[in-house]
Amino acid sequence: MARKTLYDKLWEAHLVEKQPDGTSLIYIDRHLLHEVTSPQAFEGLRLQGRGPWNPEANLATPDHNVPTSFAERSSGIDGIQDPISRLQVQTLDENCRLFNIREFGMDDERQGIVHVMGPEQGVTLPGMTIVCGDSHTSTHGALGALAQGIGTSEVEHVLATQCLLQKKMKNMLIKVEGKLGPGVTAKDLVLYIIGHIGTAGGTGYTIEFGGSTIRSLSMEGRMTVCNMAIEAGARAGLVAVDEKTLAYVENKPFAPKGAMWEQAKAYWQQLVSDDDAEFDKVIAIDAAVIEPQVSWGTSPEMVTGVTGTVPDPEKAQTETQAEGITNALNYMGLKADQKMIDIKLDRVFIGSCTNSRIEDLRAAAEVVKGHRVATTIKQAMVVPGSGLVKKQAEQEGLDTVFKEAGFEWREPGCSMCLAMNEDKLGKGEHCASTSNRNFEGRQGFGGRTHLVSPIMAASAAIAGHFVDIRTWKGEK
Amino acid sequence: MEGGKVMEPFTLQKGIVAPMDRANVDTDLIIPKQFLKSIKRTGFGPNLFDTLRYMDEGQPGMDNSNRPLNSDFALNQKRYQGASILVARENFGCGSSREHAPWALLGYGIRVIIAPSFADIFFNNCFKNGMLPIVQPEQMVAALFAEMYAAPGYTLEVDLESQQIRKPSGEIVTFKVDAFRKHCLLNGLDDIGLTLEKKDAILAYEAQRRQVTPWLFS
Ligand code: SF4
Repeated sequence: MARKTLYDKLWEAHLVEKQPDGTSLIYIDRHLLHEVTSPQAFEGLRLQGRGPWNPEANLATPDHNVPTSFAERSSGIDGIQDPISRLQVQTLDENCRLFNIREFGMDDERQGIVHVMGPEQGVTLPGMTIVCGDSHTSTHGALGALAQGIGTSEVEHVLATQCLLQKKMKNMLIKVEGKLGPGVTAKDLVLYIIGHIGTAGGTGYTIEFGGSTIRSLSMEGRMTVCNMAIEAGARAGLVAVDEKTLAYVENKPFAPKGAMWEQAKAYWQQLVSDDDAEFDKVIAIDAAVIEPQVSWGTSPEMVTGVTGTVPDPEKAQTETQAEGITNALNYMGLKADQKMIDIKLDRVFIGSCTNSRIEDLRAAAEVVKGHRVATTIKQAMVVPGSGLVKKQAEQEGLDTVFKEAGFEWREPGCSMCLAMNEDKLGKGEHCASTSNRNFEGRQGFGGRTHLVSPIMAASAAIAGHFVDIRTWKGEK
Repeated sequence: MEGGKVMEPFTLQKGIVAPMDRANVDTDLIIPKQFLKSIKRTGFGPNLFDTLRYMDEGQPGMDNSNRPLNSDFALNQKRYQGASILVARENFGCGSSREHAPWALLGYGIRVIIAPSFADIFFNNCFKNGMLPIVQPEQMVAALFAEMYAAPGYTLEVDLESQQIRKPSGEIVTFKVDAFRKHCLLNGLDDIGLTLEKKDAILAYEAQRRQVTPWLFS
């Protein structure tokens, strides 16, 4: 019998039916919802007189549109200033009530970015199939679950049928070996990988991240890596289940307990790729060569080490590439061969489903402690990924560290990751951001995003420009 | 049927072809986030490619007819008005899963997109809205760009049944499409209805899973 990859196993365990052309009906264990991609799906159900197949398989929370300032948040939904945003959040509440779906609403302390909340609550578990109308659902693959982003029509399909129609993807293994250097994080690793394989490198694949480096990452770090699998074009990223996975899941509010826990644990322990399982593609990465990364362009693959420079379009290999670089440099207001550390910054954003977990905030606070945000920085903000991350950080005094340094300490949500609420960049402003997308206008009309790790963002806030965190001594 | 799902059958599309001449067009570019606050499926057409199309920053509810247009942007040029076929470069539709992206294209009037490659989620979302994304080799796409630039009013005929693209020159190019997706497109089928016909299979699967992974059902 052919050896199986983890993806093969997860796929087969959820296969309800396969048609001759390969189109398959896949059973979905968990469906997460947020306010932006669900209203039209609920509307579709209503119009067809349908209801959810299994309301209990669903969990909703508002995150994209919610304000993150305390003033706006303290009076609940009514406090949302923008009437269109308010209506969207209200609509989620109403739909959840109407269709009997559990929701962590805006004033629930468990509310947060859906991809932070799910693992934190044990709502997403190893071995599950998980979907959400959001491309960064790939995050949950860090737990050994098959987790994918879907469109709104599919949200409706999953609500109504508990299934998804799709064809099986191909298998890719990205094998990372060796030790990450000091100051080099999971974020740098995944940015490096995307720079290496490109934003379409994983299209049509499910990527399993393996190797000693991945195994040595914390669960938070693995989530950061899987979060950005979609930035490499892969709908799903995976990390095999190991002791760390089990330790992370144990005792989470929605995780199985007692005898059921033991049974689940035995099942989850098999969720690894077999030795010699066949992958359609294998990419080997040497962790030791990776520097702290900074993106310079308008696509996550446009990234380089912090000691590097902005590329020269004239040295590009193809015409399309040269054009891409030229467009990006124009948009970003950068010149070829400019040093990354010379890029002046206007704002700093620490947050998003990539890097807003407690570990990220701890690492950033460690860097910030005892320093002040540079006077040239207009705004530096920390947005915890969930109400519980915020609470934990406050218990540890991290909020004080950030505030004393001149950072704003915000309420949880997506915030400036996509700037659907008030948190956004002005035209032409450069931002060091721990989020995942540096597309044109992503963080605000004409805004210029540089993707970095939390500690690179933190040090950049203090210095006013990017610094090599490995050698930076800090400035008071 | 405002807010409802309109899935028009797709059989044959003959129309003007417009260019989207850049690689890695992401969904933020196709429809910027401020328009995602809408709770409807319709009304996104005027804001398709908003940041490229207009000189100012678009906001939901704006009167788009008064906004300053970017005359350099292809879709603003007279020769491409009324286009229903878009030719694009590699990795079209990368980024978020927002179905607002195909809704915006559809709202604008685009039913076919031809590119060397597409991002997975976007590709999938197109079919769910009665749109046909077609993958063609790089060279073929390059030829389409060249021919379209050379001939104002350039049209193509895309025939799903025979899986053919017919050029004005009479040249015929074939394309691939999944059998199931083709069937749904041709008949304008709602795939939720189709899946619900498999109710027994889903229930049987659930019963078996209840044995193997009971913690998922408790
Ligand atoms: S934090 Fe950003 S990437 Fe993550 S779900 Fe929110 S908007 Fe999407």
